[in-house]
Parts: sequence; C-alpha cells; structure tokens
Amino acid sequence: MTTLASERNPVARVERRVPPAPIPLSRIAAVELRKSMDTRSGFWLLAGIVILAVLATTAVLLFAPDDEVTYETFASAIGFPMAVILPMIAILSVTSEWSQRTGLSTFTLVPHRGRIILAKGIVAVGIAVVSMLVAMAVGALGNIVGPAIAGVDQVWNADLGDLTNIVIANTLGLLTGFMLGVLIRNSAGAIVAYFVYSLLLPTVFGVLAAAQEWFRDIQPWVDVSYAQGALFDGALTQQQWAQLGVTTLAWLVLPLAVGVVLMRRSEVK
Amino acid sequence: MITVESLTKQYGAVTAVDDVTFTARPGRVTGFLGPNGAGKSTTLRIVVGLTPASSGSAEVCGHRFADLPNPGLQVGVLLDASAQHAGRTGREVLTVAQRMMGLPSGRVDDMLDLVSLTPSEAGRRVRNYSLGMRQRLGIAAALLGEPEVLILDEPANGLDPAGIRWMRGLLRDYADRGATVLLSSHLLHEIEVIADDLVVIGEGRIVAQGPKADLLRAAGTLVRTPQLELLSDALAASGIRSAVSRAVDGGDSLRVEGDPEVVGQVAHLAGVPLIELRAAEGAGLEEMFLELTAETQREGAAA
Repeated sequence: MTTLASERNPVARVERRVPPAPIPLSRIAAVELRKSMDTRSGFWLLAGIVILAVLATTAVLLFAPDDEVTYETFASAIGFPMAVILPMIAILSVTSEWSQRTGLSTFTLVPHRGRIILAKGIVAVGIAVVSMLVAMAVGALGNIVGPAIAGVDQVWNADLGDLTNIVIANTLGLLTGFMLGVLIRNSAGAIVAYFVYSLLLPTVFGVLAAAQEWFRDIQPWVDVSYAQGALFDGALTQQQWAQLGVTTLAWLVLPLAVGVVLMRRSEVK
Repeated sequence: MITVESLTKQYGAVTAVDDVTFTARPGRVTGFLGPNGAGKSTTLRIVVGLTPASSGSAEVCGHRFADLPNPGLQVGVLLDASAQHAGRTGREVLTVAQRMMGLPSGRVDDMLDLVSLTPSEAGRRVRNYSLGMRQRLGIAAALLGEPEVLILDEPANGLDPAGIRWMRGLLRDYADRGATVLLSSHLLHEIEVIADDLVVIGEGRIVAQGPKADLLRAAGTLVRTPQLELLSDALAASGIRSAVSRAVDGGDSLRVEGDPEVVGQVAHLAGVPLIELRAAEGAGLEEMFLELTAETQREGAAA
C-alpha cells in the first residue's frame, strides 16, 4: 500500500508511521474510567455514593437510639444505598455504548469488544472497592463522632473479615448488574432486569421454600441472593462458601459468558 | 487502501449487501453512491468491523480492521455524527478518542481549529449541537490520528453550502497528500464534484464502478426531437439502442448508446428534425441513478 501511494503521489503525503503499537489494556481502562465520570449522569451517580454515605451517616447520628450507635449500624445504613447505586453504575457503563450509540466510535477505536468489556469490568470493580472504602471511612468517622455526641462508648462491632465479606457481596451485586448490562445491552431493560433479579427472584424462591419442603433443602444451592445474603451475616462456613460458588457460577459467570459471546457477534448500529 | 471482496450480508431472507467487490485507492477520493437503503452504510459498517459479514472479506491497509493494532491512527471513521453521548461536550468527545489513541493532548485543539469549532462551542454538550456541528465534530474525530484512510458515511449531511465546500476542499487536499478517502452519499451531484472514482450500489449490488471520467464518457448521446418515435425506430433499424431519457424534463429526449455523429447521420437519413444533439456526459450516470432511486425510493422520501 505504501509503495503504491508513493508511486502515485510523489508530493507531500499523509505521514505513514511504522505500524503503531497496540493499545494497552491499562489505557483502555483509564479511558473507560474517564468516560464514567465525564457526563453529568455519570458524575452524579458517583457523587451520589459519597453524598448518600454522608446522608446515611448523618441520619444514624440524628435518629438512631443511643444503644444502637455502633459501627455496624453505620455500615449497614451506608451499605444499602450503595448496594443499589453500584449495580446501576455498572449497568450504564455497558449499556450506554448502545443506548447512547457511543459504541460506534468505541468499537472502531478498539475493535476488540472483549477488551472493552474487560476494561469496563475492571473499572466498575475498582469504583466499587474505592467507594466502599470511602463509605467505611465515612461510617468510621460517624462512629467516632456519634458516640461522642450521645455520650456512649464507641462500639466497633465489625471486624476486617466482616468488612471484606461486605465488599465481596457488593462487588457481586455490581457484577450482577454488569452481567445484565452485557446480556441485555439496553439501559432500561437491564435496570428492570436487575430489580427482577434482586427483588422478585428472592421473593419467589422464598415463597417456594416456604411452601415446598423439597425446595427448602436445596434453596442455598439454587437461590443466589440467599447464598450471597450470608455474606452480610459474618463469617461463612465452608459449605456456605461452596453454595456461594455454585450459585454465583450459575447466575453470574455463565450468563456473563453467554452475554460476552453474543455481544462480540452482535451488530453495533 | 480499502479492499472489499465478494462481501455479502444477509438478514434472514433479505440480502442487504450482495457480492460487493471494490477497491478504494490511495491518493484518490472514492465516492460510494447509492439511494437510501442500498446497502452503503451496512457495507461501511462491515469494513470497520461493527457488523459481521455473512461471507466475503474486507481489508483496510492490507489487514482485517480488527487486526489493526491501533485503528484510529490508520483509519479515520465517521459513520453517524449523531452517535455520540448527548451529555459529553464536543471537546470531551475528542479528548476520549485522543487518549484512546495515545496522542498528545494538543491534537484536540488542532482538530477543533481545523473544523472551526470555537472554544465556547467545543465546551457545549453535544445535545445542544446542530447536525452541522456534529458533522464537524465527527470529521475532527476521524482526522485526529492523521490516518492514511478515511471512511465517511454521508459526511455532507447537515452541512450548509459553505460547509460542504469546506469539506470538499479538506478531503481533496487529504487525498492529494496520499490518503485513501472513501465517502458515501445518496446525492449524485454532491459526489460527482469531488470523487475521482465512483462505486454505484443499488439494492445491495454494485451496478457500476470505475474512474469517474470513464463512467461519464460511457454515457452516450442525448438527442432532443419533436418526432421521438420516428427517431427511435430509425435508430433501432440501424441496430442502435436508445431509451427515453428520464434525466431531462419534457419527455422529448432520447438517450442513445452511440456517438453524436452516428445519431446525427441516422436522423438525417430518416428525415427527423433535431432540436438538440450532444454527448450525454453525466446524463447517463444520472439516468442509471434515477432508475435505481425510483425502484427503491418510497413516495415522499425524496433523495
């Protein structure tokens, strides 16, 4: 091609470089991080995590009875809004490429959709971990200020293991949103699916378990939110880890794999 | 260089792109011409890997698009200027691309200058852009990596006449510097002005292609006469094919596959008076294009 061009056009040419170096994954991740913050909606979703952490901490300070001003109270007050927002961030980071049609430029600048999805996944998990650390710090601050105001002793009733489990649980929740985003590739559809997945499904399983004896025994092996719920209740037994592994494989890893395969073959319009 | 070979794309029973083969060469502007829905955009999407082909192959710079290590530095692509996050500013759209390609940040300002987007316009969110501004932004994004190949789908859409003129100059200059420029359009006149080579597509199939000059030369003769039937019979008797021209108003013109000299002779022998006799030039191409358009065009959706 290069020789052809120079034969035809000996005058000043568009500069032809040696084949450029491939785009490293770290750069893709850095750009994806930027993209998650450079719009108003993205910015406020992220800012919302911090704002809600502060609000939740304030609410505990104002309204919680003195004997419940403990770190666990702060942690769970902050944890709830976060468990809702983080999956939304993950969903939108994927689906906006289709809903906002930015995929046309994203996937022509990096024609390997798997790499883009991997980078988005890394960024989403990174955001989740960082924002949970921030939230825990806000909660810790509340747990220092709160008892001082109320005149009670500080109660640090959550150890590192508990906190780690909460990080794992929220990260799994976020990855569930991520998986639905990859699978459905439509913002509204994926968000609705997430609420079906996280609210409706556990209810159905709960009713089933209450009504049917046979299901009660296998529920921990089938119901993903049941298995994940254990993470919020302190240390897990070996069997509970196994149940978490099995349900996560079936409800998260497999659908994600299917989603990635379908997405790589799909048409970007 | 863009090489498309036997490209076919089927959606169920519908064949959107049917055995399309063409080459866009360096140093030339290649016009990809066809009515709406002819398969232009699908073809371009397949070339840049956004749509998988049913069969056939497409290569850019000698490689499959997906095998280019950093495509933005080799191929500038603008498929749809409206396909941008409405909440991002124009400058941010370019910055995201600049970072992904690993270019110095100064390129963003250079490109904003080049496409005449002022700093205050660049700071506005794309939601508030006119289509013309989006096209300029899209062209800036395509040129960011100083690529040797440009692929632009309907880049003149939404530009005002001055903007179209500006874009022509820009693309002409870019091709003159050795780049391969492939641009699509559904308007013959728009592309006739700038293209060196033409690829005409209708209903998914290539109906004509080659250097513009050749396509225009092969267009035959246009003849106007008050005795249309007499002349057409006389031509037929001499074994020369002709048809009523759709490219000329009035319905008293024939497009003839033959030189003006021959047509004049036949008319003289047949005793048919002529009002006008000339080489058809663009008329042949336009005729073919109008036929294509008439077949695929829905009522009211004028090209």
